[in-house]
Amino acid sequence: MNRARRIVLQFAVVSAVIAAVACHKHAPPVARPTPPPPPPSQDTVPVRPPAPPAPAQEPVAVPPEPLRDDAIASASIDDLNRSSPLKPVFFELDESDVSAAGQKILDEDAALLKRYTTWAVTVEGHCDERGTAEYNLALGERRAVNARAYLVSLGIAADRLHVVSYGKEFPFDPGHDEAAWSKNRRAHFVITAK
Amino acid sequence: MRQILCTGVAALGLFAAWPHAEQTPAPQTPASQTPPPQQPSDIGATISGDAGNAPRLAVPAFIALSKDAETVAVARTITDVLWDDLNYEREFTFIPRDVYSSVPAATSFSDVPFDRWRELNADGVIVGTVEKVSSGFKVEMKMFNVRTQQAVYPRVYNGSNARLFAHTMSDEIHKSQRALNGVAMSKLVFDSDRDNERMTGTVQNRNNKEIYIADYDGENQRRVTVGKTLNISPRWSPNGRSIAYTSYRRGGGQIFISNIFQGTIEEVTKGERIGENWLPAWSPDGTRVAFTSTRDGNPEIYVANRDGSNVRRITNNPAIDITPTWSPSGTQIAFTSDRSGSQQIYVTAADGGGTAQRITTESYCDRATWSPAPYNELAYASRNGPGFDIHILDMATRHMTPLTFGEGTNESPAFSPNGRHIAFMSTRSGKSQIFTVSRDGKDVRQITRTGNNEMPDWSKLPETRP
Repeated sequence: MNRARRIVLQFAVVSAVIAAVACHKHAPPVARPTPPPPPPSQDTVPVRPPAPPAPAQEPVAVPPEPLRDDAIASASIDDLNRSSPLKPVFFELDESDVSAAGQKILDEDAALLKRYTTWAVTVEGHCDERGTAEYNLALGERRAVNARAYLVSLGIAADRLHVVSYGKEFPFDPGHDEAAWSKNRRAHFVITAK
Repeated sequence: MRQILCTGVAALGLFAAWPHAEQTPAPQTPASQTPPPQQPSDIGATISGDAGNAPRLAVPAFIALSKDAETVAVARTITDVLWDDLNYEREFTFIPRDVYSSVPAATSFSDVPFDRWRELNADGVIVGTVEKVSSGFKVEMKMFNVRTQQAVYPRVYNGSNARLFAHTMSDEIHKSQRALNGVAMSKLVFDSDRDNERMTGTVQNRNNKEIYIADYDGENQRRVTVGKTLNISPRWSPNGRSIAYTSYRRGGGQIFISNIFQGTIEEVTKGERIGENWLPAWSPDGTRVAFTSTRDGNPEIYVANRDGSNVRRITNNPAIDITPTWSPSGTQIAFTSDRSGSQQIYVTAADGGGTAQRITTESYCDRATWSPAPYNELAYASRNGPGFDIHILDMATRHMTPLTFGEGTNESPAFSPNGRHIAFMSTRSGKSQIFTVSRDGKDVRQITRTGNNEMPDWSKLPETRP
């Protein structure tokens, strides 16, 4: 769904660019200087000189569009992090091992990181509210470190992946039930450079 | 560097409004006048109750010697705060205030209705006068033995801060009458998101947390950091002039020290490959800081000088070791480890030698805080099922006493400087808030009400400040 929308969007952008370029080739509309009108003679009916042509619209400069690439490459870091192309990994209560399901997610994340080789990423470790605020700092760190280690094992350079633990300081879901907790036990990826 | 300087200046600005008395460690001390010679000296002049019972005191309204609104207000504040301060330690029994209206109000020290106080079974009565002077107020306080009508504890104070008058009197009365170090001058520190300032960056809606301080009774809550990031786990230095805490201003958690009266900041953990560093704890002499660090790849306990030099690793275990606290002697460090498969409290030598000894056998314990002498106890958060309760463990007998009973979750205990009270975080009223409770579980008081407030610590005794 999203991808389809993105493709349509890209197509629209590309068409707009082509249209702009085509226009530019046809007739660069420049207002030519008109000769000064003859001095008005007193005995002839004053003839109004034809109005000078209205100044044509200047061609709008089109910002360099990375036509060669896709929406992910062209989006700002802020937009990227909002749509989260790197999917978070979720953990069981008091656990920091990456599960089989988590490995599958990380496989996809690794594929993205291999495609966009300039990205630097912060791996954030998060916990649900059921541990203490203090211990959760270490538990969150473990989660981030394990997610990072798995990505490194898939060939992602370790120096692209920076680990930070926020413990239970920044829950993604403020609720107090398993539905919320399961969202809050995660390694979350934030792109910091591209 | 510039950031540090700027922050320092901002912090200084915050403290421009700080009461003058706070600038000097011993505010509003008794005036230099010595008590008149006919009055007994402080020593040995105590009021006792019947047969070992707590003395019964009356604290009638302090007398405003002029009727202007300011003097009347100061007299009323002193009376109320002194009442609260003295009640806090429960060393005295008090004649209830609702019967005071039946006793004629004194207008000076010479017309105290001793007979009426005696009828109400008071052992002592505290009488005070408030007089407006050019420098502020002159407050005179006398504690009378109702039977002998003798003033056993005459004091004169000069100053301008009404609450500080009362706190000073309360601590002096506790010290002279009960040989007790009161906590009326002590302060709390905690982190809070109350100002709703958002973290910069692109991720979720995340609130900054900043460090705040408050009087022990929750008055005078003030922000002391402008970190514009996550600032958590504050701890008072033993001299009460600095606060060590965990700040994310460098990206990950690092240890910083704010000198709150100078408005300067020091970085304790700095340099290359130092990992994340959290949860500082001051050594009792204030020269060193213990903390948790991932610098060697795994959360372990380290000790460094307060300037960050001489970092020494104290634990070495593939499990998580975190949340250190010092013994009052400074020779041992208690910490949390999950090396047994669950989170338990361990004690090890502060120099890193020897083997860590496991102390707790509950399902999940963390954030141990070592009590001050004469108690030898650890307070910690213990999992009770859905949340945590505060437990106190006697180190000699290994007897455990619960302090909270499943009302919300209860975490991060911190002892008052005299060991008789515990501050902690609780969600019992909704959001995370700071509470204090007496060591017997009575007298629970809510200190904060705005935003989320967490990880409290309690300042040490003002007597020990330089």
